[in-house]
This record gives sequence, structure tokens and C-alpha cells, in this order.
Amino acid sequence: MSFGAYTSPVYNVSMHKQANNGMSDHTMREGDKSPAAIKEIELTIPVMPDMEITATHTATSVAEYMKFDPDRIDEVKMALIEAIINAFEHSQSRDGKVRIKFLIGEDNLTVIIQDHGKGFDIQQIEKPEIASKLHASYKRGWGLMLIEKLMDTVYIESNEHGTTLVMSKNRN
Amino acid sequence: MSDTFQLIVEERDTYAILRTEGYVNNLGGEKIGEAADALIEKGIKRLILNFEKSNVVNSIGISILIEVIEKIVDVDGRICFCFLTKTIAKTFNIMGLTQYAEIYDTEDEAMAAL
Repeated sequence: MSFGAYTSPVYNVSMHKQANNGMSDHTMREGDKSPAAIKEIELTIPVMPDMEITATHTATSVAEYMKFDPDRIDEVKMALIEAIINAFEHSQSRDGKVRIKFLIGEDNLTVIIQDHGKGFDIQQIEKPEIASKLHASYKRGWGLMLIEKLMDTVYIESNEHGTTLVMSKNRN
Repeated sequence: MSDTFQLIVEERDTYAILRTEGYVNNLGGEKIGEAADALIEKGIKRLILNFEKSNVVNSIGISILIEVIEKIVDVDGRICFCFLTKTIAKTFNIMGLTQYAEIYDTEDEAMAAL
């Protein structure tokens, strides 16, 4: 499996473009006994209106368990909402589902949002600015920017088999 | 979940207060947009959006607020928000809404400013 890694000139995220078929496997493989591998919560939500809110309830529970302060929990929730909405709206998910995984780290919470949709090219995504949105017909397109600004790290992997967004937030 | 969004509009002499309740998603945003359109149509050009009962928004709902801001700017009006959570205020700042709308802690402060 080979990857080309590059940084988007538009967004301050790292994206690895997968060179072959299939999705990368973010679950720990058999034989990996790292304690971090055990501390994960998985959720699958259908592509239905407001299901992103259901996911935020889990995010809240996990972040509270990790003793995040309320403001940082809110930021994780907001980023998660945007990531899920992007998956709902743009992926054309083949199985009508979005998979979410919460990884409890020592000092951070990592959230992985994965769909089996058509993928996208991050290089084609323009960073929005409000001045150009006023009087424009299309006022949307803010999701990636919000995720980038609200989370501490963001990593996106996308190809014709789907998109995986990995974002993490430090406890402090 | 979407149909739990409520909007209460209180018209005063020269301004109006729009109090939201629930998730400000695309449907919530549309309700705000429609109410704002009706107010602007009546000549009410100063709006206060009170988010005390809304602690969750998404960028689609906020995009509709950008439309509201656009219309208010076009009629030389003013718009402000109050009772935003820290994250919503930060989100508005990231998206640039604070370049065109003021944020206040309370409705009283917003009214005093208008």
C-alpha cells in the first residue's frame, strides 16, 4: 500500500492520497496490544436529517469521561457536526451510512469519520471568505474550514472508495 | 429533531428581537431567514437574534444567517446577536459574521447598543 503525502495549500491539513484500492484500516491490527487500541468507541449512523446530533451525544459522553472542559467539548461537537454533514451531503455514501470512531488518547480525543462514498479532491476546495459570500448565490462551503479551526489536528484521506477524516483535540 | 426548532419574533418600534430555540440547522436557518425577510419588508431594519435557547448550530444554518446579514446590509440596517455560547461566537468569528454583526452577552446590552 503506497501513499503520497502532501499538505493542502488551501487548508492547513494533511492529506494522504491512497494509491490503490480499498480504505485504510484505522482499527488496530491483531497482535497490537497497545492500551490505546482498546479505548475506542464506534458508532454507525444512517444518512438521515439531524443524525449528526446523535453522534454529538456520544462525543459529549466520551469527552466528559476524558475530563475535557465544556468549551472544548463544544468545539469537538461543532467540528463533528460539520464533518458528518459533509459526509452526508457530498459523499453520496453507497451504503447510506457514516462510521464514526472515538479514540481515547492519554491527552487527546481523536475522532474518525469515515464514509464509503465517491471521495473528493481537497485541492479543489476553496477556502471561503464572507466578503465573497455576500451577494453570491452559494453561501455554503464552510465545513472544512471550521473543522480545521476548531480541532488541533486534521487529516483527510479521500479517493473514489470513500473519505476518512481524522481529527483530534487536546484535552488542554 | 428538526421540527423542534422554534422562533419567537417580538416587534418593537424600530427594531425586532428574534428568539431562537433549538438546533439552528438548515430548517432553523430558513425560519430565521423568512422572519427576517418579513421584518425587513415592513421596514424594520434593526434585528437582535437571541440564541439563549440554541446551543447547537451548523454551518448551513449560519450560511442562511449570512443571507440575512446581506439583506440587512443592503437596507443599511443593523443586526446583532446575543447569548451566544463561546463556541458559536467563535464559529461566527471564524466565518466572518462578526465583521458585519455585533455580539452581546445579553438582550439588554444588544437593545442598548441598537
